[in-house]
Amino acid sequence: MAACGRTRLWLLVSLVLVSPATGREAQFRSNHPDHPGEHEANLTGIPITSFKWEHVETPYLVALWVLVCFLCKLVIEANHHVTEYIPESALLICCGFILGGMIWGADKVQTFTLTPRVFFFYLLPQIILDAGYSMPNKLFFTNLGGILVYAIIGTCWNAASLGLSLWGCHKGGAMGKAYLALRCWRGETRSCSGPWSPSLCPSVPPSIYPSVPLFLRPFVPPFLRPSVSHVLCLRPAGDIEIGLLQYLLFGSLLAAVDPVAVLAVFEQVHVNEVLFIMVFGESLLNDGVTVVLFNVFDAFVTLGGAKINAAEIVKGIISFFVVAFGGSLLGFVFGLLISLLTRCTKKIQIIEPGFIFVLGYLAYLTAEMLSLSAILSITFCGICCQKYMNSNMDESSVQTVKYAIKVFANGSETMIFVFLGISAIDKTIWVWNTGFILLTLLFIMVYRIMGVFFLTWILNRTRLVPIEFIDQIIMSYGGLRGAVAYGLAVMLDETKIKEKNLMISTTLIVVYFTVIFQGVTLKPLVQWLKVKRASHSELTLIEKLQNRAFEHTLVAIEDISGQIGHNYMRDKWNKFEEKYMSWFLMKPSARKKQDRLFNAFHQLNLKDAMNYVDEGERRGSLEFIRNEGAFIDFKKKFDDEMSEAMPDIMADMSDDHGRAPPKRRDTVPSVSLELHEQSMRGNRAAEDFNSHHLLQQHLYKGRKQHRHRYSRSHFDINKDENEVQEIFQRTMKSRLESFKSGKMGVAPPKTITKHTKKEQQSKMLNGKNRSYLSGDEDFEFSEGDSASGYDASFPTRVAYRAGDGIENPAFMPDVDPSSTMHIPPWLADVELDSVAPSQRAQVRLPWTPGDLRRLSSLRTSVRSSDSFQLTDDRQGDRDELPPPPPPPPRRDGDSV
Amino acid sequence: MGSSSSNLNTIPNSQELMQETGFSAAHLLRLYERFEFLDKDNKGHLRPEDFEAVQELSTNPIGDIIIGSFFSPGQETVDFPSFVRILAHFRPAEKNRTRDGAQPEPANSSTGKLKFAFQLYDRDRDGKISREELLQVLRAMLEMQVTEEQLESMAERAIQEADLDEDDAISFDEFKKSLEKVNIDHKMSIHFMK
Repeated sequence: MAACGRTRLWLLVSLVLVSPATGREAQFRSNHPDHPGEHEANLTGIPITSFKWEHVETPYLVALWVLVCFLCKLVIEANHHVTEYIPESALLICCGFILGGMIWGADKVQTFTLTPRVFFFYLLPQIILDAGYSMPNKLFFTNLGGILVYAIIGTCWNAASLGLSLWGCHKGGAMGKAYLALRCWRGETRSCSGPWSPSLCPSVPPSIYPSVPLFLRPFVPPFLRPSVSHVLCLRPAGDIEIGLLQYLLFGSLLAAVDPVAVLAVFEQVHVNEVLFIMVFGESLLNDGVTVVLFNVFDAFVTLGGAKINAAEIVKGIISFFVVAFGGSLLGFVFGLLISLLTRCTKKIQIIEPGFIFVLGYLAYLTAEMLSLSAILSITFCGICCQKYMNSNMDESSVQTVKYAIKVFANGSETMIFVFLGISAIDKTIWVWNTGFILLTLLFIMVYRIMGVFFLTWILNRTRLVPIEFIDQIIMSYGGLRGAVAYGLAVMLDETKIKEKNLMISTTLIVVYFTVIFQGVTLKPLVQWLKVKRASHSELTLIEKLQNRAFEHTLVAIEDISGQIGHNYMRDKWNKFEEKYMSWFLMKPSARKKQDRLFNAFHQLNLKDAMNYVDEGERRGSLEFIRNEGAFIDFKKKFDDEMSEAMPDIMADMSDDHGRAPPKRRDTVPSVSLELHEQSMRGNRAAEDFNSHHLLQQHLYKGRKQHRHRYSRSHFDINKDENEVQEIFQRTMKSRLESFKSGKMGVAPPKTITKHTKKEQQSKMLNGKNRSYLSGDEDFEFSEGDSASGYDASFPTRVAYRAGDGIENPAFMPDVDPSSTMHIPPWLADVELDSVAPSQRAQVRLPWTPGDLRRLSSLRTSVRSSDSFQLTDDRQGDRDELPPPPPPPPRRDGDSV
Repeated sequence: MGSSSSNLNTIPNSQELMQETGFSAAHLLRLYERFEFLDKDNKGHLRPEDFEAVQELSTNPIGDIIIGSFFSPGQETVDFPSFVRILAHFRPAEKNRTRDGAQPEPANSSTGKLKFAFQLYDRDRDGKISREELLQVLRAMLEMQVTEEQLESMAERAIQEADLDEDDAISFDEFKKSLEKVNIDHKMSIHFMK
C-alpha cells in the first residue's frame, strides 16, 4: 500500500533525524557545553570551519522536534481514510509511541519527555489564546451560567468523588499488588525511602514484564524488556502507600476536562453549538478550579492531615475566588490593553498583529506569577480583545492574527499529543497497578456521568432551552482528560507523594483511554444517537433581519412586562458596551460602521458574486456572458451580485478623492466566529487564496516588473505616477480595441467612456492614489496604509474573479489600478464633503445598488445605454423599475 | 396563598384568561400588577402613551412598532385581557401540551409566535409584508448607520429571499418558510414566563 510505504519512508527519515540527535544529546550531556573555547585552544591555525554541536544544541533540538511533530501530522493527514475514523489526536499519540520507542531504542533512556515547564509555558498558552480569541462570545455568555455550574461544581464533584472512592477502595483492599519498577543504576545503593530497601532489589528483576502473561511476552518490544544494565527494585506485594489527602490530590488533577483534548476531538465531530460550548467552555473554565484544588490539596498534603482545620479550608475556598476571578480580571485588563494599543497602531501596522501574542502571553505569565489561574487569564484576554482588535486593526493584520494564531495553536497541539505519546515510553515512570488503574478509569466515567446528569437536571429546571438527554450523554462521554492532567501529575512532589509514578502512569492511562478510545468512539456514538449537529450557519438576510427583530422584540416585551430578564441584561450590556467601551477602545473610524446586519448583507452579496463568477468560469467565459439563457440558479439576487461582480467597471468611475475609504470591518461578527465554523472559515480562506491567485495571474504586469524594494516596515507599493499613467493609457487602449472587435452588439455609450477617462485623469492629477498597487504583483493585498487595506483588496479580488470569468484579456489590465480606488458609495458618503455634488453623483453612478438595479433593468429591456445618465437623479423613478437584471458581465462591456 | 387568590379575583375573567393563555395565577398577578402600574390614571386600559412612558422602550429601535402591535387596528386602547394575550406569545412552548383539535392554536406555539412577528412588519394587516413595510422596520433597526439606498437594496434582497410567488411582497406562508430553519421557540420566548 502506498500509505504503508509512505509511513515507512517517513519512519526512516525521522529515524535519521532523531537518532543522531538523541544519541548526541546523551553524549553531550555528560561533558560541559559551557566551554566552547576549550578545544579551539588546541588548534594551531584558523579553522576553516568547525563543528560546534553544543553551540546550537538546544535550539537545534527544539527545531528538529517541531519539524518531526509537524511531519507526523503531515503523514497522518495524508491518510484521509484513517483520520475519518480515528481522531488526529489519537493518531498523534500513537506517533509519539513510535518515536518514543525509537528514542528508547537508541538511548536506552527516555531523553525527551513532556516536562511541565515546557508544556505550561511554551505549548499551552497559544492554544488557550486561540480558544479565547475565536470564542463565539454570544453563545459563550448566553450559556455562561451552565458552563460555570459544570466547571465549578462538576469539577469539584469529580475530584472529590474520585479521590474518596479510590480511598474507599483502597481501604477495602481492592488495590492489591503493585509492581513497581524503580530503577537503580548498577552499583548504586539507592536509598529507597519508606518500605523500600536495597536488599529487596533482586539482581535482574523484571519490571512490568512479570505482569505480562506468558503468551504475550514475545510481543513485548525489546525496549520494554528488562535490561541487564539496570538493577531494578521490585516492590513486594502490599498496599500502595497513599493517604486520603493524596487521593484527593490525585482526584483533583484528574478532575478537569482538558481543553486541548476536547477541542481536538470535538472539532472533528460537529455537534450542535450549545453542546459544544458547554463541553468546551467547561474545559476552559475549570482550570481555575483545578489550579485551586491542586494547590490546596498539595498544601494539605504538605501540612499533613493533622494540621488542617476549618481556617485552612476557608482559606482554600477564598483562594478559589481569588484565583478564578483574579485570573479572569487580569485577562480582562490585558484584553483592554490590547484593544487600546491596537487603536493607535496605524503607523506600525506591520507589527500590529504581534501585540495580541505578546500581551496574551504576558497575561498568562503574569497570572502564573501571581499564582492566579493562567488559563482563565489568557482565555478572557482573548475573549475581551477580539472584537475591538478586529475592528481596530487593518484587515490584513486581522487575517495575519487569525492565521498565525491557528498555526501556533495547531502546532503546539500537535506537539503536545506527540509528546504525550513519547512520554509513555519510559520504563522509569511505569508502575502498574491493575486495580488502581481500572478503578480510576471506572470512577472517572461513572462520576462524570452522574455529575453531568445531576447538574443538567438542576440546570434544566431554569433553562429556557433544556439540554436534551442525548446531549447529556455526549457531554458525559466527552469528558476527555489530557495533557493538563499529565503536566500536573508530573509536577507532583516525589518526596511528599511516594506513589508519584503510579499516579503518573495512571494519569497517562486515563489520558490515552479518554483521548484514544473515547475519541475514536465519540463520532460513531454521535451518529448513532443522532445528536443534533451544528446547525447551518449560512443565514439568509431575512433570517438575520428577523433575528435582530426578535432580539429587539424580546427586550421590548421584557420592558413592557416590567421584568428584568436575560434579554434586558444583554440589552443593557450592549448599550453600555456601545456607548462607553467601544468609544474608549475603538478607533473612531472603526466605530462608525459596525452594523452587523449590514455587514451580513454585504457578506452575502460578496459570496453571491463569487458564486456567480465561479459559475461563469465553469460554464466557460464568454458563452456565459453572451447567452442570456445560460443563466444559473442564482437565487435571484442578480442585482446585488452585480454590484459586487463588477467593481472593475464601477471602479473606473468610482471616486478617488485622495480619501481612504472607511474601513470595512471584519465581516464576520464576533458571534459567528465559532469554532465549529472552522470549515466554513476555511472555505472563505480558500476563496481568499483563490482569488489572490487569480489576481496574481492576471494582474497587469507593468514594464518594470519586479521593482521590489525591500522594506521591513512596509510592503512595497508601486507609487510611480508615470508608470501608473502608462498602465492606464495602455489598458484604455486595449480595452477600446477589444471593445471594437467583439462586444455584443450594444453601442458603446460614449459619454461613459469619456467620463471614465476624465475620471481617471483627474485621479492622476489628484496624486494621492496611494493604492495603485497593481503594478506590484506580489503585494496586491498588503498596502501599508490601514485605512485603505481592506476596501481595496476586497473589491479588487472580486473584480478579478469577475474578470477571470469573462476571460477577455481586454478587461483585465486596468481593473486593479482603478478598482483599488473604488469606494462603495455608502462608505464614502461621509468623506465626500469636499466634492461638488454633481460630480459626486456622476462618479458614484453605477455603484449604488439602487442604480444598479435600474441599470440592469435597462439592460434587459435593451434600451439605449445613454440612459446611464439618468442615474444622476437617483431618487427619481427607482420604484417603478423591475428588478430582474441581466448577467452582470455584460455590462462590463457596456460601460466601456 | 390567600392574598394572591383574593387579588386574582380582582382580575376580570382571570380563570378564562389563565385557561386561554396558559399563564399561571402568579404570572397573571404579576402581569396585572404591571398593567396597573402602566395604567397611571386607572382607566382600566392602556393607551400608547402609557407604553411610551416606559423609559427603556423609548430607546428600543423598534419600540414603536412593538407598541403598535398591542393595539388592534383602529383601536386606541388595550385592556388587560388583550394585553395578556399579546404577552402570551412569548411564553415558552411546553413540549407535552395536550392539544385537542377543538382548541385554537395557542399563542405560544411557533406559528403563534411567528404570526406575532409577522404582524410587526405587516402594519396594515393585509396579510403581506410589502417592500415599504419591510423598509420601515429596517430603517428603524439600522438607524442612522446606512444610507437609504442601502436600506432599499437590503429590503430588496430580503424580499427576494423570501418571495416565492414573485408578487414583490412576503405573505405569511413565505415568511414562515423563510424562517423554518430558525428555532422560533427559542428566539421568541421569554424566560420568566415559563
